[in-house]
Amino acid sequence: MNGAHDLGGMHGFGPVEPEPNEPVFHAEWEKRAFALTLAMAMPGRWNIDMSRFARENRPPAEYLSMSYYQIWFAALEQMLKERGLVGDDEIAAGHSLRPPKPVERILSPADVAKVLYRGGPTEREPRTAPAFKPGDKVRAKVMNPRTHTRLPRYARGHVGVIARVIGFHVFPDSNAIGAGEDPHWLYAVRFDGRELWGPQGDPRSSVSIDAWEPYLEPA
Amino acid sequence: MQLRVRALETVLTEKGYVDPAALDLLIETYETKIGPRNGARVVARAWVDADYRARLFRDATPAIAELGYAGRQGEHIVALENTPEVHNMVVCTLCSCYPWPVLGLPPVWYKSAPYRSRAVADPRGVLAEFGVTLPPETEIRVWDSTSEIRYLVVPMRPAGTDGWSEERLAALVTRDSMIGTGLPKSPADLTR
Repeated sequence: MNGAHDLGGMHGFGPVEPEPNEPVFHAEWEKRAFALTLAMAMPGRWNIDMSRFARENRPPAEYLSMSYYQIWFAALEQMLKERGLVGDDEIAAGHSLRPPKPVERILSPADVAKVLYRGGPTEREPRTAPAFKPGDKVRAKVMNPRTHTRLPRYARGHVGVIARVIGFHVFPDSNAIGAGEDPHWLYAVRFDGRELWGPQGDPRSSVSIDAWEPYLEPA
Repeated sequence: MQLRVRALETVLTEKGYVDPAALDLLIETYETKIGPRNGARVVARAWVDADYRARLFRDATPAIAELGYAGRQGEHIVALENTPEVHNMVVCTLCSCYPWPVLGLPPVWYKSAPYRSRAVADPRGVLAEFGVTLPPETEIRVWDSTSEIRYLVVPMRPAGTDGWSEERLAALVTRDSMIGTGLPKSPADLTR
């Protein structure tokens, strides 16, 4: 979707402000919101692309005025409600008002280290040969899906070069809408600064994006 | 927010969907075990061990797992080599993708609109805000983390560190130098 999350190239946000000796979390609630989000992925059975979409799919003014963990928390509440795991009345009451929906499994303390160490690899056994090879010129397609996509607006319509063939990976555009993993070849595609940004671009810089084959066409 | 988050945690705990002890463990892991010291060990190893360096740039995920770091948000890692000619810098314009097993959770600025909007369009300007000025002829390669590939920058080894042990070298490797928004410390910085 063309949401406020797709920030590359926008003006007006001011300077980057690093914080010296920054703590990992800035408030107790951030820790709990972070941990709840990680832990609930198991009983909630959503995938990472669904949770990314839940975060970006909100009115731009709202997205830009929320902190990072506020966005995470809002997305968590929304996904829990959509799946009928929690009701608005229960959130308001701060207590469970109904028996739980049966869930397959929950994250136990004994499993935390194992689950984190395993992660969620997205590479799959290739079913096709890659259409492009390093050095090929490609154009990022012009597309404007209302659903989740990982092709940033600033790259659409521009010509780049295949820098490397990464592998055969789960396709987020499909995975986010529950239409299956539908894996495709994934490439690092390099665009020159001037190609992306015109006269304001830095001629001695480039930007690489990771792009799945359905995002690309020969140029 | 404190009350809202506590209310939801209570509901989820009462329903048996979460075990608060697992939440405590998740928080403790990212506060104390998984952070940029992990990545610093990887970089220091690459500075002293040519075979390791070759493995790291050929396929970073197993090379990093050799040191015990792997998993969530680092399932597929690519190491990027800084040289006198090329400086690499990593961003996630669409969200906050970051190599957790080697760098921990991302700092606020990395997730912020100023960095995400400008790193791709004005990398030299952003670097200047971090106090990094590169020679004008140095090429800057920005990597926008749009997939599940996570990028780790391997900065150049600072001058004046011949014969240093891996542990001593690791102390020179800053978090920002592995994102590409900073450079490693110099030996003089350590005594300052």
